[in-house]
Amino acid sequence: MPVANTIQRTSIRLPSARRSGLWDLALLPLVLCVLVVLAFGAQEMATPYQVGTAIDLSLDPLYLPYYLLRTTVRMFIALGFSVVFAFAFALIASRSKAAEKVLVPILDILQSIPILGFMSITVTGFIALFPGNLLGVECAAIFAIFTSQAWNMAFSAYQSFKSIPPELDEASRIFRLSPWQRFWRLDMPFSMPGMLWNMMMSMSGGWFFLVASEAISVANQDIKLPGVGSYIALAIEQRNLHAIGWAIGAMLIGIMIYDQLFFRPLLAWADKFKFEEGDGNTTPKSWALKLWRRTAWIQTGYAAIVRTFEGTLRHFRLKKDGTSPPNRPVIQHRHAERIWDVIISLVFIASIIKLGLFIHSEVGWPEVGHVLYLGVLTLIRVIVLIAVASIIWVPIGIWIGLNPRIAERSQAVAQFLAAFPANLLFPIFVVGIIHFKLSPDIWLSPLMIFGTQWYILFNVIAGASTIPTELRFAATNLRLSGILKWRRYYLPAVFPSLVTGALTATGGSWNASIVSEYVTWGDTTLKAEGLGSYIAEMTATGDFPRIALGIGVMCIFVMGFNRFVWRKLYQMAEKGLNF
Amino acid sequence: MSNPILQLRSINKSFRSSDGSDRLVLDNVDFTLAEGEIVALLGQSGSGKSTLLRIMAGLITADSGEVSYRGKPIYGPAAGVSMVFQSFALFPWLTVQKNVELGLEALGVSPAEQTRRAKEAISLIGLEGFEGSLPRELSGGMRQRVGIARALVLEPEVLLMDEAFSALDVMTGEHLRDDILELWQSGKLPTKSLLVVSHNIEEAVMMADRVLIFSSNPGRVRAELPITLSRPRQAKGPEVHHLVDTLYTEMVSPSDHYSTDKNKTVTRTSYGLSTATVAQIEGVLERLVDDPFRGTADLPKLAEVSEISDNAFINAADALVMLGLATIEKGDISVTTLGKRFEQGNNERRQEIMGQQMLTNVPFIVNMRHSLEQQSSKEMPFEHLLKVLEFSMNKSDAERVLEAMLEWARYGNVIEVDFSKRLIYLPDADQLQ
Repeated sequence: MPVANTIQRTSIRLPSARRSGLWDLALLPLVLCVLVVLAFGAQEMATPYQVGTAIDLSLDPLYLPYYLLRTTVRMFIALGFSVVFAFAFALIASRSKAAEKVLVPILDILQSIPILGFMSITVTGFIALFPGNLLGVECAAIFAIFTSQAWNMAFSAYQSFKSIPPELDEASRIFRLSPWQRFWRLDMPFSMPGMLWNMMMSMSGGWFFLVASEAISVANQDIKLPGVGSYIALAIEQRNLHAIGWAIGAMLIGIMIYDQLFFRPLLAWADKFKFEEGDGNTTPKSWALKLWRRTAWIQTGYAAIVRTFEGTLRHFRLKKDGTSPPNRPVIQHRHAERIWDVIISLVFIASIIKLGLFIHSEVGWPEVGHVLYLGVLTLIRVIVLIAVASIIWVPIGIWIGLNPRIAERSQAVAQFLAAFPANLLFPIFVVGIIHFKLSPDIWLSPLMIFGTQWYILFNVIAGASTIPTELRFAATNLRLSGILKWRRYYLPAVFPSLVTGALTATGGSWNASIVSEYVTWGDTTLKAEGLGSYIAEMTATGDFPRIALGIGVMCIFVMGFNRFVWRKLYQMAEKGLNF
Repeated sequence: MSNPILQLRSINKSFRSSDGSDRLVLDNVDFTLAEGEIVALLGQSGSGKSTLLRIMAGLITADSGEVSYRGKPIYGPAAGVSMVFQSFALFPWLTVQKNVELGLEALGVSPAEQTRRAKEAISLIGLEGFEGSLPRELSGGMRQRVGIARALVLEPEVLLMDEAFSALDVMTGEHLRDDILELWQSGKLPTKSLLVVSHNIEEAVMMADRVLIFSSNPGRVRAELPITLSRPRQAKGPEVHHLVDTLYTEMVSPSDHYSTDKNKTVTRTSYGLSTATVAQIEGVLERLVDDPFRGTADLPKLAEVSEISDNAFINAADALVMLGLATIEKGDISVTTLGKRFEQGNNERRQEIMGQQMLTNVPFIVNMRHSLEQQSSKEMPFEHLLKVLEFSMNKSDAERVLEAMLEWARYGNVIEVDFSKRLIYLPDADQLQ
């Protein structure tokens, strides 16, 4: 049968593995070394420990590599749990309509609960889980990191699962893929690019809240786990600027290691999962992945793993086809759906009543009014800061986005800046505010978007760099200039990405208000009146009803803002915007 | 041809439209696919032929009626039925080899066996040497070959092809079609029956032993035409030409001759609606009046010189008849006196004629104009109009029809349109009166 040889055969095979003998030898001890170090780090987590005793921490930079190792292992474990959680959530929520109705709003709420909130509720439980061992505290810290990473990953996986193209879904059904096969062959690969991007963002979130999750000072506990976060906390307590500098260096190295050895290879590998046809964007490259692919013994091992894994695919298959009747008759869904709706509403109403009674007996209504007022204060800060950040970063982002060479590099930089914990800036702000006798209510605010404004910048860059070339030419050709150019060309082009970026930044800023409205440097404490400082204060003293109240109010603000502001803006952006 | 493989009996299917009402897509459809035959389903888009295909594939369930495969009722995709998709539906992250192996892996076939059978299917369909490539590295024709190999490797008894060639350019599509027919003739295919859904008339004539024409709103098998020509068929031969001719006429202006419709009233495909653009209508009319046709033309020939897709051509011809600019009889289309005046007129004249004709012959536009005149605000949102259309068609079709109708009405100066506000209103001149 004739074949029209219309295209050149493109081979994706790698250069021959013959020359790889040297790599093989060099890489073996290296990989073993990394494994041993990681194992050591993991082992250190399970040392005996009594609550109340202080763990030795030193500001000597020689200890930093060890601390960095501990932090890295912790974040890695948390990331692993986050991935599992994200996929499990997405699977359940996308397969079952009934579960979806409950799970998605719950995740929405979880996402708006600040990290300290989780911490104060769970830490005692985790410690009680492993009496006399550090593992309990480690679990609490890992859980805290998990809560700063998992939610957006879960949403990303869920949205990917829901947006799987119908023809691929049909193909997977025609070829009778079992749920297990479908997950590995369709769901997982399809959600991979979005997942990776969110994992990288989550990692930055993890670093940002590192101090809060390692130096546990909630519910009258004061435990500092060995790690970079505790190192920073100790440096702030002792007003040690040198140590702060060292910590910044260690973080930079940690982020770089993650980037080079973990995310880069993953990105390069996951490039094949991109669903859209290549639009000329450069494919990510990774020297680590290249090494990995060129090393024969790794490849042998990898192939063996793949074989075993494909064995499970063959094992968990559908045993029946469409000609065998289904096990249980399909029941009429309409009534079941109604009943489920009623149950959900009842539970919702019951919990509102319960909450009202609880607030009434534990804190009283005047306190609620006060906290709402604090919420408004923080809301004003968030809105003003996001607006200011947008005005600053949109033009810069567009400029960078239209210069592909700069845009390519900006990703790594933005990632690092987003990871930079606000705590590291405390000394500058505290000294500055005291020296110039400024009002902390205003001047502590910039800390709030310090870590989150980069999302605006980064999304605008991404949006601007995808402006079609024809559009650029057209704009030049029509000699658009000045205000008209902005109204008709730049702003409409980047508006959707600006909305996405600002949405992420707002969510992050609410969360960050807890660390940035309540700032310490040695024994100096500065406080900006707001919801963040309220929660931070109550967490430190372990006042549970008030923590719950603070968190609840913050949830209401975040979700209300999402619903009434961002959703509208999204719809506007979707319709195509005209200024 | 006597052994039935797939049987459908009085199938009904409706979909919920956006306003909550049900819309009947398939109305009491009977169909039997027998061993050894190729059947083509022809029809305008939205006529329910894809839905019927998916019911046979076990992807959607009918509201009522029986579907059976080899005498057994089916509840989901059956092992002996496979499918080729219009958009290929390849898994972009799997190599050609892995894509073809997908169905075998799902069955739990051993790896060595998977490789062997996939290799066979790949070489059968002419893709040797591309096993390690990813789909994105292949041309459209190659990708569809992978899609076909992936379906054939399972040795299905029935192969369903859902507009399998329509996403390809004409040359590539014909080439691939001929290859499939060659395989079919040679007996190398394990497949016993082929069902082809298409809107390309020539494709149907070239492939099928039987052509079924679907009418829309609601979907019914309106006519059935057996084709007894031996294969390979000559695309330029007189027999094929005659059949294409017949089918064209049948699709544009239904006769009772081939009708299988139980109630004799012939449902027009269009209901006084159209998706043809003004440019298409003008284009077809101009070619009809010009040399070499000079006012009367054979439908397929006119279609060929019009250089638009079969669907678009049928829509345009339909619209010409609807507007009284042409008539169709026995496979020939002729221009009317009014049509001649239209063709010779300048832009203003054309708009005037079009406007007049619309306000007498196109009920949708007549109603639109009337309700506008009665509205106190003299304006109406698109959504109202869409809702009216969605009583008889699905959302995306409704949007396409509305787009065309608005273009007509604007051209004929019947209404004005504000696209950014999604409103229609009366033209200024009329408001002053």
